[in-house]
Amino acid sequence: FPGLADVSISQDIPVEGEITVPVGSHSPDEDFSTLDEPVKDTIMRDLKAVGKKFVHVMYPRKSSALLRDWDLWGPLVLCVSLALMLQGGSADSKDDGGPQFAEVFVIIWFGAVVITLNSKLLGGTISFFQSLCVLGYCVLPLTVAMLVCRLVLLAGAGTVSFIIRLIVVGAMFGWSTLASTAFLADSQPPNRKALVVYPIFLFYFVISWMILTFTPQ
Amino acid sequence: EEDGEFLGMKGLRGQLGRQVADQMWQVGKRQASRAFSLYANIDILRPYFDVEPVQVRARLLESMIPVKMINFPQKIAGELYGPLMLVFTLVAILLHGMKTSDTIIREGTLMGTAIGTCFGYWLGVSSFMYFLAYLCNAQITMVQMLSLLGYGLFGHCITLFVTYNIHFHSLFYIFWLVVGGLSTLRMVAVLVSRTVGHTQRLILCGTLAALHMLFLLYLHFAYHKVVEGILDTLEGPNMPPFQRVARDIPVVSNAVLNTTAKAIALT
Repeated sequence: FPGLADVSISQDIPVEGEITVPVGSHSPDEDFSTLDEPVKDTIMRDLKAVGKKFVHVMYPRKSSALLRDWDLWGPLVLCVSLALMLQGGSADSKDDGGPQFAEVFVIIWFGAVVITLNSKLLGGTISFFQSLCVLGYCVLPLTVAMLVCRLVLLAGAGTVSFIIRLIVVGAMFGWSTLASTAFLADSQPPNRKALVVYPIFLFYFVISWMILTFTPQ
Repeated sequence: EEDGEFLGMKGLRGQLGRQVADQMWQVGKRQASRAFSLYANIDILRPYFDVEPVQVRARLLESMIPVKMINFPQKIAGELYGPLMLVFTLVAILLHGMKTSDTIIREGTLMGTAIGTCFGYWLGVSSFMYFLAYLCNAQITMVQMLSLLGYGLFGHCITLFVTYNIHFHSLFYIFWLVVGGLSTLRMVAVLVSRTVGHTQRLILCGTLAALHMLFLLYLHFAYHKVVEGILDTLEGPNMPPFQRVARDIPVVSNAVLNTTAKAIALT
């Protein structure tokens, strides 16, 4: 190596330094730091994340928080509470209490999976679990509608209560569809948004229909 | 782990054991991921979903217009988005019909029955017709058959949507003949244009027409017990028909139903 002929290290200066390459940025949840913290911290952190996503659903703005850190806790809680509230609302209550819960559960998850597959096949850039997360969280307005319907039904089941429930469920259905469209339609090519919105519309329509036709026994 | 112990074996045997286990894990993982990427690859279906909204709308409208030229093989778009959405829409409409007529399903759920019926019809009849087409030497592929039958369900959706809400018996028969007939004619014409020979054409078209029209009839009568409820309560004293059968229907269709009941009582 002729170019290195004049590079020399004198023998009495020790060479020192770090031989390991320092790791760039530490990810926020390295194993050792989240394993050692108290359980309350872990639960509070997850609860705060879920709560933040609920707020994002109720006021849909163009933010990517819902998409970036997806989690399925919120959808699970919403799905279970909706299914529990929809139970016992059929004519023959002694053998229809069970299937009612399973029905709602299966509809929500099966429907969400189908919509996700559909949007992926149409050329969407969103991942499978992100889409499931968004669709699950956007069931929140309908769960609120179910709560309101139950309260209204406590007061009576006449025409007035039906009209109130129709208005509330209709409004919440529109809100759910708009919220999920705001998150999901951006990941599609612009001229195909309608193709993705229609299954979402159908999905929330079926859920709204189940809420509207619910009568307690 | 002292002395390289692995599952109770120390020293060299432990290390060897660990290496063998590692290798088996790697090989198994590689095989599983290869099988997964081969069979669970949804990209196989991607070309069938490559549509624009205008195309879907055009095809929906075309499915009600029978073609005139049957001597030249008609083009069928091998697309699965429209048919799939139509099947789901039919499921939703069926669910609506079942709920308003208070259908009680003992072994199973309303949703399961609706999905099973609609998907069973779409996939089952398509496969059966594809098999018949193979026997009769018709030029049609499986995806085209699925697409054709799926778009033919558009007529069913319209008919059921209207007649589940407006409960006139004669209205249903008119819709059955006109709307169901139009979509059947379209499917039949397309199939005829792709088949050679009179007997083969007759077999294929007869079967498809019969199955398609009978399915609409079945959907109306099996899941729409309101008519039976009305006939039942005509014997009862002064009970308005709808209060016994369906739930939560607004007063508007009570009036419609009273009219229907009177009309049926008159005939």
